[in-house]
Amino acid sequence: MPEPIVQVENVSKSYYRDSLEIPVLHDISLEIPRAEFLALMGPSGSGKTTLLNLLAGIDQPTSGHLLVAGKDIASLSDGDLAKWRSENIGMVFQFYNLMPVLTAYENVELPLLLTKLSRKERRKHVETALSIVGLADRMKHYPRQLSGGQEQRVAIARAVVSDPTLVLADEPTGDLDRKSTDEIMSMLSRLNSEFGKTIIMVTHDPRAAKAAHIVRHLDKGELS
Amino acid sequence: MKLLKLVLRNSFRHRLRTSLTILGLALAVVAFGLIQTFIAAWYSQAAAAAPDRLVTRHAASIVFTLPLSYKEQLLKIDGVEQVTYGNWFGGVYVDPQNFFPQFAIDATTYFEIYPEFIVEPDQYEAFLGERRAALVGRALADRFGWKVGDMITLIGTIYPGDWDFVIRGIYTGKEEITDEGTFYFHWEYVDEAMKQQMPGRAGQIGWFVLQIDNPDRAAAISTAVDERFSNSWAETLTETEEAFTLSFIQFAAAIIAGLRVVSVLIVGVILLVLANTMVMTARERISEYAFMKTLGFRSYHLIGLILGESFFISFVGGIVGIGLLALVARLVAAALSNYLYGFAVPQSTYFHALAVAFVVGLAAAIFPIQRAIRIRIVEGLRVVD
Ligand SMILES: Nc1ncnc2c1ncn2[C@@H]1O[C@H](COP(=O)(O)OP(=O)(O)O)[C@@H](O)[C@H]1O
Ligand SMILES: [Mg+2]
Repeated sequence: MPEPIVQVENVSKSYYRDSLEIPVLHDISLEIPRAEFLALMGPSGSGKTTLLNLLAGIDQPTSGHLLVAGKDIASLSDGDLAKWRSENIGMVFQFYNLMPVLTAYENVELPLLLTKLSRKERRKHVETALSIVGLADRMKHYPRQLSGGQEQRVAIARAVVSDPTLVLADEPTGDLDRKSTDEIMSMLSRLNSEFGKTIIMVTHDPRAAKAAHIVRHLDKGELS
Repeated sequence: MKLLKLVLRNSFRHRLRTSLTILGLALAVVAFGLIQTFIAAWYSQAAAAAPDRLVTRHAASIVFTLPLSYKEQLLKIDGVEQVTYGNWFGGVYVDPQNFFPQFAIDATTYFEIYPEFIVEPDQYEAFLGERRAALVGRALADRFGWKVGDMITLIGTIYPGDWDFVIRGIYTGKEEITDEGTFYFHWEYVDEAMKQQMPGRAGQIGWFVLQIDNPDRAAAISTAVDERFSNSWAETLTETEEAFTLSFIQFAAAIIAGLRVVSVLIVGVILLVLANTMVMTARERISEYAFMKTLGFRSYHLIGLILGESFFISFVGGIVGIGLLALVARLVAAALSNYLYGFAVPQSTYFHALAVAFVVGLAAAIFPIQRAIRIRIVEGLRVVD
């Protein structure tokens, strides 16, 4: 069996409010092979977003280890972590998080502004990413000129434009109707099967979870 | 630099709000600049003073006169090169509203000591050659539509009677700040009338102007002059021309000080206007800043974005304000030309306005920058608008 791309080892996470401990994740262990499509399900408040944030390197575990492509991300400094994120992580959120003042093209280009790519090279990458999500003809549109489903497709293009190791999606269809949900899911499936992207998706929609190869459940901070 | 586009787009995200902020800044800059210009114009009278000129007057008060006979003794004092003198006439032209200064002067020496008044040689000759001749400033001539050759009558107040003059020359100022609003004529014209009508008031002058050889010795020469006339029946007070002029305008010092305070308060208003806008943007964009951090953008990128936006608004406001100020100042100068000469925006005021724009842009960005830097990504992302 090939080395897993993600290794979560005995990770616990608690939040603290005025010295009051709020335990969220208890001793989670999880391995995800490369090019896998995993759905993480569970009731609201069970810690799904928290786990995804740990994998994204935007939050730190209270204890345990997180290895992504063999690298212990909890040991990185803030600066190194930021650089690591820009190279390894693509994120998709429920509410898209597009910049309203930037066009679809400019939104997708945003992560590439942190790279050394020339304007021309950036253009190539952005156009490729937008054509994968079927929005090559909407490049000059602003988010408010797009439907929710289209906005989420722009967000997916932005998540993959820098060719990340991991695509993390937090309830990507949570705000979409059934038709758009199907579109988004087929797009993620395609990214996984055609482009070999490792995808971890949080959802509580069983219909969405069907697209994944593995479904894991999180309940009260315990994985099953 | 790649983020410049985002800075500009962010700046105009709320077009109305940004426009109102810019307009608010611009108007405040105009108010700030007008006050500074007014103060500068007020003091420009003193700024026009030459360092090598001293003024000698009666020690008790400028309203008391000195005997003309002092002139010969003044010339003998070491360091004094030339002496001229003048008198305040205080006549009325048609209506007391038409106020302008009128000086009875020693025609042959006065303009030697005041080279900043420029008059054409033939006009000057004509002025010297005629007892009733007057030499008037360009601005004053324009104000009443006077031309060379015009007859003018002033109604005396200090010196009773109607006084007829004929304008023989119009002088212009060498510098922007040189006064062009004064009416000069021969001291002898008044003195001859006094000899006949009130001999007690003949041979009297209001003040002497001394040209000295070295401005550095102004204090020593002043002391020498005043010592020379101490214990005589008309003691003197000698000071630099600048100090002399300031003693006239200093009565307004409290008003000027008040205006300075107001101009500082205006800077405070400018700061609050922009800070208010920037704080609103900071609140609205927290989740965007958190998201940008998620992508790998660093604090310095966010500082650049916020500072860029703050500077953009403050400098556009400052520049629009400067443009308006130049325009408004011209209108004010035209409206006040009868009362205040040299009402022109000093260069330094434009620099001050830009400096204010810089400081305000920087200060208004501090709080939003703090917020953007401190926000933890996971918390910022939970903020959904
Ligand atoms: N910053 C925080 N401070 C305190 N409690 C938090 C914080 N973030 C999340 N939580 C709590 O952790 C639990 C798990 O949250 P989350 O991971 O968002 O759940 P899910 O995504 O499964 O709905 C919730 O009870 C939530 O209130
Ligand atoms: Mg969640």
